[in-house]
Amino acid sequence: MNGGLIIITIQDTVLTTRGIYKSFTGVKALQNVDFTLREGEIHALMGENGAGKSTLIKVLTGVYTKDAGEINIKGNDKPVTIKSPQEAQKFGISTVYQEITLCPNLTVAENLFIGRTNDLLVNWKKNNNRAATILKGLGIPASPTQQLSNCSLAVQQMVAIARAVDMDCKVLILDEPTSSLDENEVAKLFTLMRDLRDRGVGIVFVTHFLDQVYELCDKITVLRNGELVGEYQVKELPKVELVAKMMGKELGDLADLHNKALTDSDDAKEAVIEAEGLSSTSGIKPFNFTAHKGEVTGFAGLLGSGRSECVRAIFGADKVVKGKLKIKGENVTVTSPIKAMKKGVGYLSEDRKRDGIIGDLSVSDNIILALQVMKGFFRPFTKAQAQAFADEYISLLGIKTASADTPISSLSGGNQQKVILARWLLTHPEYLILDEPTRGIDIGTKVEIQKLVLKLASEGMSITFISSEIEEMLRTCSRLIVMRDLHVVGELKGDEMTQDKIMYTIAGGVSQNV
Amino acid sequence: MSKNNNKQNTDRQASLLKACTRHRLFIPIAFLAFLLLINVFINPGFLSISLGKDSGGNPVLIGNLINIINNATELVILAIGMTLVTASSRGQDISVGATVAIVGGVIMRVLCGSETQPTQLHASIIVALLLGCLAGVACGAFNGILVSKFNIQPMVATLILFTAGRSIGSMAMGGLKPKAPSSFGYYGNFFPGFPIPTPIIITIIVVAITYLILKKTNLGLYTKAVGINDKSSSLNGLNPTLIKFLTFVILGLCVGIAGFVQASRVQTVNPYTIVPSIEMDVILAVALGGNSLGGGKFNMVGSIIGAYTIQTLTSMLTTLNVNTNAVPVFKAVIIIVLVAIQTPIVKSFFSNKVKISKLTASDGKERV
Amino acid sequence: MLNLNKTQSTDGIEVVQNKMRRKLALTDTAFLLTITITLFVAIYALSIVFLGDKGFNKIQMFFNLFNENAALMVIACGLSIVMITGSIDISVGGSTALICTSCIVCLNNYGFNFTTSLMLALAIGIVFGAFQGFLIAYLEMQPFIVTLAGMFLGRGLVALIEVNQIQVSNPGFEKMSGARILIPFLGDYNKRGKFIQSKLEYGVIVALLIVCIVYWVLKKTKIGRSFYAVGGNAQSALMLGINVKRTKFYAHLLCGLLAGIGGFLYLFHTRSGSVQQATGLEMDAIAASIIGGTLLTGGVGNIFGTLFGVLASGIVLLVVTAIGSQDPWWSQITRAGMLCFFIVLQSVICSRKKK
Repeated sequence: MNGGLIIITIQDTVLTTRGIYKSFTGVKALQNVDFTLREGEIHALMGENGAGKSTLIKVLTGVYTKDAGEINIKGNDKPVTIKSPQEAQKFGISTVYQEITLCPNLTVAENLFIGRTNDLLVNWKKNNNRAATILKGLGIPASPTQQLSNCSLAVQQMVAIARAVDMDCKVLILDEPTSSLDENEVAKLFTLMRDLRDRGVGIVFVTHFLDQVYELCDKITVLRNGELVGEYQVKELPKVELVAKMMGKELGDLADLHNKALTDSDDAKEAVIEAEGLSSTSGIKPFNFTAHKGEVTGFAGLLGSGRSECVRAIFGADKVVKGKLKIKGENVTVTSPIKAMKKGVGYLSEDRKRDGIIGDLSVSDNIILALQVMKGFFRPFTKAQAQAFADEYISLLGIKTASADTPISSLSGGNQQKVILARWLLTHPEYLILDEPTRGIDIGTKVEIQKLVLKLASEGMSITFISSEIEEMLRTCSRLIVMRDLHVVGELKGDEMTQDKIMYTIAGGVSQNV
Repeated sequence: MSKNNNKQNTDRQASLLKACTRHRLFIPIAFLAFLLLINVFINPGFLSISLGKDSGGNPVLIGNLINIINNATELVILAIGMTLVTASSRGQDISVGATVAIVGGVIMRVLCGSETQPTQLHASIIVALLLGCLAGVACGAFNGILVSKFNIQPMVATLILFTAGRSIGSMAMGGLKPKAPSSFGYYGNFFPGFPIPTPIIITIIVVAITYLILKKTNLGLYTKAVGINDKSSSLNGLNPTLIKFLTFVILGLCVGIAGFVQASRVQTVNPYTIVPSIEMDVILAVALGGNSLGGGKFNMVGSIIGAYTIQTLTSMLTTLNVNTNAVPVFKAVIIIVLVAIQTPIVKSFFSNKVKISKLTASDGKERV
Repeated sequence: MLNLNKTQSTDGIEVVQNKMRRKLALTDTAFLLTITITLFVAIYALSIVFLGDKGFNKIQMFFNLFNENAALMVIACGLSIVMITGSIDISVGGSTALICTSCIVCLNNYGFNFTTSLMLALAIGIVFGAFQGFLIAYLEMQPFIVTLAGMFLGRGLVALIEVNQIQVSNPGFEKMSGARILIPFLGDYNKRGKFIQSKLEYGVIVALLIVCIVYWVLKKTKIGRSFYAVGGNAQSALMLGINVKRTKFYAHLLCGLLAGIGGFLYLFHTRSGSVQQATGLEMDAIAASIIGGTLLTGGVGNIFGTLFGVLASGIVLLVVTAIGSQDPWWSQITRAGMLCFFIVLQSVICSRKKK
């Protein structure tokens, strides 16, 4: 026997789930899901919408109780049952959600500490001082005594994360934390996450952003339709394969789309929309914009540069203060959405939860709504007509729903988006605005929507496609309007449409050998 | 072979029973039936309707059932308006009792002028009805503007008229308490020679018009859409402000009609005691009908059934010689039981289903 | 991959913007409070000037304002608490009437004294609060319906106990409730030139003490802050680890307790009970809270605002009664007008803040 000990360091598992089942009426959200998280590991949890990521997180944080299966946490001999968020906290599981789950009417300091101690009294001075230290340490631009609702959304998100971090958790779950953060803020967050990882915390990072996963994470777990697809080392899984596993498809489709948009030349086609010097109460500077029949245009720019605001002005969603608008050659003043709708404009808004779906109404009611409003107060559709419309689009767009009478709120995000899309397609618009139609949606549906856009354009519809993923716009658009700080700063078409050129146009600098 | 048939039959019966109990109108209808059964049990002749003669020798229908349906008129009409307001504005209008007092006051003033016991009507009844409805609509518009334009919570906005309404009614009558000539009484009682009480006819007309409006226009869809999500509704071309305002105006019109009927019953109005606490009964009727007091989808038939249920309850308690002031106790207990049964928690407790967590809602605010 | 879902911001600008927003926020609650206090002071001052001869220039008038409204102050505190959590309680009028009637019956016929009747009052209040709190918090029934039933129950039980109006005929109790604190140095001269010291009821001291205690609870205790959190966003509060159900339950329980105390103060002041007693008291309490800056939507409220809301309503009522004694309807209409003013003001401020 050789002398000396062979020391094998195995990372301790800090959280495991085995065979988790969870269903709601008629929907099997999780089936036999295993998940393993180790100490000092950043573990990405990925999957399309309806994959079960949200449900798994809610089971781990005590919001839902699992139907079957085991959860084991380090430091507990037996499997644990987590019955409430408070219990989850006690087990050392901290969560930061996508929607700000803080109280807007309380101060920053209060939001950091409330609900964490059993102390009967509140020591304001101590809390404020501690809060100031934490905020400074993380570089968060907020004051402890500030009311949370007066902070920007990004800052609110960071306060939520600061709270979780301060609670010395064993497991930190971050559910889509980077959706409203800018590059600086994301970098700060990642530094923080790496710091925590080095301290031995296990981090679950739920996200759609592939780049961030590859930049930061050690492992990836992929879920699909409530079932586990697999757990992989980031180093051993190329991006392409990851996407394939999530979609369960081959990726040839994406490459095909690339060239089509560029080959369709933009002849002198009829102008559907001509905006001249248009500006609204949202603060965008007067802009000119033309959209032609059968053309797909896009708006490129950083968040807050005014892309949504421009199209909202055309649709009448914001109050127009200056400028002229011609729809199909006719001068119109759009004072409210119904006017634009009657002239053949449709608008799929950015935030489908807040501005898009009407939650308790059925899928068919949601589909017919816009067309119904256009038809008028005194001419309702019959049940048969509504059913026919709904059936047509459910099959056309492949909407997964139990029936046309199911409330839309029970559908997954991707399917909800399809319903809203159906709503606008039903109005047969001449000009359709799609503002972030692929946000928060699984890759499969994203591809479907992009394909649909190209098809509709080839049939003569004029479309504006806004997306924060520039690749999507490059794939589908034949012309890009570039914006910065509420100005239009440029227009690119054909060969000019490359990522680099776009960045330079936004920056306003002279492009260098692109 | 026959065993299978039996099993099939019992299965079919079981699923039919399940479908019935899960129907959203089940509880309101069941409760109403239950109340009627109790009444019949106490008084076997309860459901009997007979044709008698009143003091003037005119034929009139008599019976407990007739009385209930007759007296529920104001409740039903107000419940219709309240359902729409609740659905679109996600709150309740607590001023309906006070605004009925205003309408009553206006009508009496129009009919009696400054006389306390006029022998002749100072104006035609049609004019009185129109002006009464106008007063009701004005109140509805006032509430409507506060709620739709100023975005004030309905219960808070209507608190204003709730506080001042009865006093305004008294002011409209100049502090007098006139009694109108008996010809005004036909609308709240009987037209000579016509056996069915007029209020019942009026109820039928109002319900019929409501049905037509809901069927032939988009009022229902728009109200629901605005009540569920008004931002989204406006991006679909709707005007939430206008729709909310409209529902309050409709309720105001209902108040006008109800006030007219009420005034006609006794041909006099005491603004401080007319329809005491009716706002609470109306809101209860809407809730008993299975409607969420938080707005959104609504069920008009449920509200109407709820209104008759409340009236049956009140009548039953009066028959049992329960002190008028103690009637609310029974209402209280029954309301609690009924609404408790309908809460998701209790429902799932009884059916052993998985509790559907309320935390899936996107908005964290709970409505009052 | 270039992701355009990022914003260009510099920390510096954000901090300045946040500082400005912060200033506005603080001013909102303080702003509403200032308006309420100013209004109260202004109306009082004006009434002294213009209605001095109707009694307003007497110092006793000031003390009477407190004497008459001690019960309402306590009840309005309870209502404010419940409104801060986003709920409502419209049963307080009914429970007050019940407390008065049942205590009187016990005092007159069953040999109760001050202490035991106080305990009865508290018990009734707590039972109402606990029962309603359970239904609202744990069965998740809607507060309006539950407390509406509570109101019906309260009033109805009064009718079952005693239909007629009754008075206290218990010498010990009457002596105690007749006791007054004589304020040193302050008083008025009556017509004969005799100096009559100003009198203050003991109930007022209790009420003011309770206002201070409630303020402390809301500001300094965990449960008090939970009320604000739950009212601000119940979903978030749950995620933050607050037991939302228990918090709501406690809010209603506390409101019930305060309604019990308030009901007892009401009895102490009026020494009578009837079925119609305290009708509309709940609306007065809600109105006072709204005037004092409590938002019905929850999450915002200030107890001292409520206190001044009570005082402002009180002085307006006195003024109107003094002026318009011919036509009895003006007092309610004026009250409604005041309420309207404050409600619209609140909504205008809120909507400006959102922009």
